[in-house]
Amino acid sequence: MSSSVSTEIVMLLAALLFVLGITGVIIRKNIIFMLLSVEIMLNASGLAFVAAGSRWGQPDGQVMFIFILAMAAAEVSIGLALILQIYHQHKSLDIDKLREMNG
Amino acid sequence: MNNLLWLIPALPLAGFLLLVAAGKHLSSKLVALTGVGSISLSALVTIMIGLNFLSSATDKETYHQTLWTWMDVGGFRPEIALSLDALSLVFVFVITFIGSLIHVYSAGFMAADKDYSRFFACMNLFVFSMLILVLADNLLLMYLGWEGVGLCSYLLIGFWYENPANGYAARKAFVITRIGDTAMALGLFTIYYQFGTLVMSEISANAASVWQPNTPIATVTALLLLAGGMGKSAQLPLQTWLPDAMAGPSPVSALIHAATMVTAGVYLIARMHVLFELSALAQMIVAGVGAVTLLVAGFSALTQYDIKRVLAYSTISQIGYMFLALGVGAWTAAIFHFMIHAFFKALLFLAAGAIIEALGHEHNMFKMGGLKDKMPLVFWTFLIGAASLSALPLISAGFYSKDQILWYAWASEKGSPILWFIAIFGAFITAAYTTRMMILTFWGVTRTEIGHHPGKLMTIPLIILAFFSVVAGFIELPHNFGHFTLFSDLLHRVLPSTVLQADESSEWKFQLLAFLATFGGIYLVFIYYYREPYKIERLRENSSFQSLYRFWHNGWGFDRLFDLVFVNPFVFIAQINKRDIVDRFYDGITSVTEHLYRLLSATQTGSLRWYIMGMVIGAIIILGLQIML
Amino acid sequence: MILVWLIGIFMGGGTAALILGQWNKSIPRWVALATALAGFLLVAIFWTNQYQMINTHPSSVWLVDFKRDWISSFGISFHLSIDGLSLLLLVLTCFLGILAVLCSWKEITERTGFYYFNLLWILAGVSGVFMAMDLFLFYFFWEVMLIPMYFLIGIWGSENRVYAAYKFFIFTQASGLLMFLAILGLYFIHGQNTGMYTFNYFELMETVIPSETGLWLMLGFMVAFAVKLPVFPFHTWLPDAHSEAPTAGSLILAGLLLKTGAYGMLRFVIPLFPAAAEQMALPAMILGVAGIVYGAVLAYSQTDLKRLVAFTSVSHMGFVLMGIFSFNELAFQGVVMQLVTHAISTGALFIMAGMIKERLHTRDMNQMGGLWSRMPKMGAVGLLFAMASLGLPGLGNFIAEFLILLGAFKASVWITTVAALGLVFSAAYSLRIVQKIFWGPQDGYGHIRDFSLREILVMTTLTLSIIGLGLYPQPVIDTAAPAINKLVLLLETDKTQVGKVTKPDTQQYLVKKYQESYVRK
Repeated sequence: MSSSVSTEIVMLLAALLFVLGITGVIIRKNIIFMLLSVEIMLNASGLAFVAAGSRWGQPDGQVMFIFILAMAAAEVSIGLALILQIYHQHKSLDIDKLREMNG
Repeated sequence: MNNLLWLIPALPLAGFLLLVAAGKHLSSKLVALTGVGSISLSALVTIMIGLNFLSSATDKETYHQTLWTWMDVGGFRPEIALSLDALSLVFVFVITFIGSLIHVYSAGFMAADKDYSRFFACMNLFVFSMLILVLADNLLLMYLGWEGVGLCSYLLIGFWYENPANGYAARKAFVITRIGDTAMALGLFTIYYQFGTLVMSEISANAASVWQPNTPIATVTALLLLAGGMGKSAQLPLQTWLPDAMAGPSPVSALIHAATMVTAGVYLIARMHVLFELSALAQMIVAGVGAVTLLVAGFSALTQYDIKRVLAYSTISQIGYMFLALGVGAWTAAIFHFMIHAFFKALLFLAAGAIIEALGHEHNMFKMGGLKDKMPLVFWTFLIGAASLSALPLISAGFYSKDQILWYAWASEKGSPILWFIAIFGAFITAAYTTRMMILTFWGVTRTEIGHHPGKLMTIPLIILAFFSVVAGFIELPHNFGHFTLFSDLLHRVLPSTVLQADESSEWKFQLLAFLATFGGIYLVFIYYYREPYKIERLRENSSFQSLYRFWHNGWGFDRLFDLVFVNPFVFIAQINKRDIVDRFYDGITSVTEHLYRLLSATQTGSLRWYIMGMVIGAIIILGLQIML
Repeated sequence: MILVWLIGIFMGGGTAALILGQWNKSIPRWVALATALAGFLLVAIFWTNQYQMINTHPSSVWLVDFKRDWISSFGISFHLSIDGLSLLLLVLTCFLGILAVLCSWKEITERTGFYYFNLLWILAGVSGVFMAMDLFLFYFFWEVMLIPMYFLIGIWGSENRVYAAYKFFIFTQASGLLMFLAILGLYFIHGQNTGMYTFNYFELMETVIPSETGLWLMLGFMVAFAVKLPVFPFHTWLPDAHSEAPTAGSLILAGLLLKTGAYGMLRFVIPLFPAAAEQMALPAMILGVAGIVYGAVLAYSQTDLKRLVAFTSVSHMGFVLMGIFSFNELAFQGVVMQLVTHAISTGALFIMAGMIKERLHTRDMNQMGGLWSRMPKMGAVGLLFAMASLGLPGLGNFIAEFLILLGAFKASVWITTVAALGLVFSAAYSLRIVQKIFWGPQDGYGHIRDFSLREILVMTTLTLSIIGLGLYPQPVIDTAAPAINKLVLLLETDKTQVGKVTKPDTQQYLVKKYQESYVRK
């Protein structure tokens, strides 16, 4: 099977996306943006799976992507619900202000 | 008849048990009857058994009675068994006879005390333990009696327990004697492993075959036993408890701290004489301890104010004579002096008790005086006792017993001129302090008025004891005074006779010197305290004399030395370590754990981004390591 | 079967007390008393029945045996078995059980059901420890006695109870885990050697262990027992636990829980690892002596009565350790005597401390004094037990300490000489008890009553026992003799095997010697 784009390039893209996501999670203060960044990270890993699957001609990669998709959907719905609750309680979405659980 | 032997200790024990169980409910008459009666019955049984024993058992020297086997552990099989021979007979006689007299006296003396029944209970227990001590057939049972008398001594010294000083004196007595006891226990262990038994007759029979003379093990064992004896008999350096023990009631001092318990060491050494004979060094040490003690205590007696302390130091000194006699191998002389001393010292203590009570608990001799005409009976009996103590020639029993010791200190094979000189110098001092005590107490002006006179219960024992303090000496007379040897004949069934190195014909010279020492002591004190008292006043102004006086008065500083070397460090270490230094180690572990926990919990900030950073850095490190390795 | 009954009685009685305690506060103590009495009667009757047997057939060491499979896939069985030593300690357990119930009678008013539940379950655990012949089962009972004790101290103790309970728990639990590791180690070594994985004591005794491993495994056991005993540097939990526990708790701690440590050494450390134990003998004896002296010095300085008595326990248990590692019959018998008499004498002192606290509301001896005139009966009893604690001849403790010292003297003269110092120190602290509490000037207390009838009953029993043991200890000695002789024989056999060549007739000689040692009179 010939492919126009080499696996390495796709992996690089996935890595780039992942780092972007992590950076977003770390530097963002708003929980919604952090959630978005997490979604980017999930998609980055999904991309890596698809690329790997196509590289070895195995269906597992795509199966994993569907798992990730389903999980991401669930995560987003629960995450957003939690965020709503947090906003109700604290009137803020600033992660630095939500640090009650320190040791 | 002899098989009633067990009754002798059992009667006082029964008295004790009755008094403990029902003492609170008995009337004081019944209490006294129980206390006195049990001991008197015991004395009666002793006399009967003694007569029977003496008439029948000439060939068989020991009567043996096993009550039950105490324990039986792999060959170690001590029995609760009594054995009677001439030596224990003498001791049992003295204990029960003088014991019952002192009990009679106590019935009067203690009549006003609220703890009447407790007093008699303790006294009965004491007599029981003391009888076990001298009747025991093995060393372990003897150890039971040995510690038992220590307990009773403790209880009776601290009889008036509400005064902390009495409690202190009692504890001091117990702990110091326990040091000796512990050494003695080690001696018992050695003996057991050397002889495979603790039965005294077997040890004596086998000693010569198991040990060569003068081997180190023989010396060490003998010295360990001696240490036990030194503790109980208040010999140097374990003598410091006895003067303080005078905190107890006077009958206690008479019975325990003069007549019986303090001579337990003499009994032990005489009983184990075979072991001591195997070690010349040990025997020399016994003599040396006795000689030094008799001098040291004599000087201290010379400087006391308290009449009972004079008597206490004099007891130490007289027991020193007994040790000296034991050390030079004059076994029978030591036991003879023990018996005579028991009579006259019990008499002196009881008479002193009568005086003290009459003067409203006044112990200080310098506040007494002029009692000669006010308490004639006490005066005369006391005088007889004092004469015996200072060994007044010919008419006092003390002369005959002490003269024998003086003679053997010179003449025995193991004797020496030095020992003799110390002994005769001691006799001089003895006469001096006795006279001083007599003069201060009975002559001069009256310094304290008499409260009430002693009753019959108290005076009759005094008279009887005074009688014996004169007569008892006549059962053993030196060879140039008729050579009457009833007592030593009796004891030679058990104890060997003394080997002499000097000629008996020269004995009269030494007797003459002893006369001179006694009269010299009396005369000197007579001059200084009675005829020309200003001389003693002048001496008192001399500062070096003063400090010497104080030094002697405080018992040669032994108390302070022991406090400094043993007691204070012990208490100090105990006090600073009260909270247990080992526990600080575990506290240390706890606090290290606590700090670690603080440290770790500080990383949990609650900030989500901090955690993510941590995760990312961790992941990078792991990846990096993966790549690099 | 009698062994299962005994444990069953205690566990059942405890559960009944817990359940009935929901309705009424005073029922549980009656239930507990009945349970303890029933247990005591059971073992006492058993003892009297067996006593004749013990004397006539000294070679049959094991008296009863009960074995059922439990978790057979791991080789764990429910195996109970007793010899004379266990029997003595069981009698002691039940005896002290009765006293523990009696002395909590008035003291415990809160949550009585749960209290007596814990008390009886401790007794069940302790009896289990003395009977279990399966190491897994042994460890199980070891824990069973620990947890109720933790509650007993933690709930019904005095001011500082939580600290003391934690300390007690952590010390015993940590050391117990080391023992469990050692048990597992032994289990696997035995399994690898023989292919049979079992926790059975008798099987494991045959295990051949490389000497270095053996030493480590033995130390695992030793630590658990040393903490329990307690041995000198591991003793610090004891004063806290003793002083904070309720009276019955102190009584059981001193009387029984400490004894499990000594029992463990005699039952497991020496038979399972004779060679390693001999290697340990000298350090262990030195630790024992250190405990004797250290405990005595610390006891002297205490002002809290219960702490003082706790430190005397440290001192007395030092004698036990020294005796065990002297490895001879005299010392072993002394140890057995010490276990029994120390339980009685120290138990009595703790009970007395409880009674004094009930009256004066303090344990501080500086606030006492002159109590003799107020309570002559207690004074006499207190004096007696102070004397027992200093080892006065005629009382049981003397026999114990004398035999231990006599045995130890054979093993090492110098160590014994130092240990004898303990006798002097014990006089110092015991007399201090008497002085501080009963003698001295009286303070202005209000009305204090002397013993009540129940207290007289408790104290009379203890008094008679300690005097009886002092004058005629033979029943105890005879009962323990078969077990002790077996132990001595085992050590001797081990020594001869360690020597160059084992002569074929050595075994016969030893058997003969063993039989000879029973020919009495």
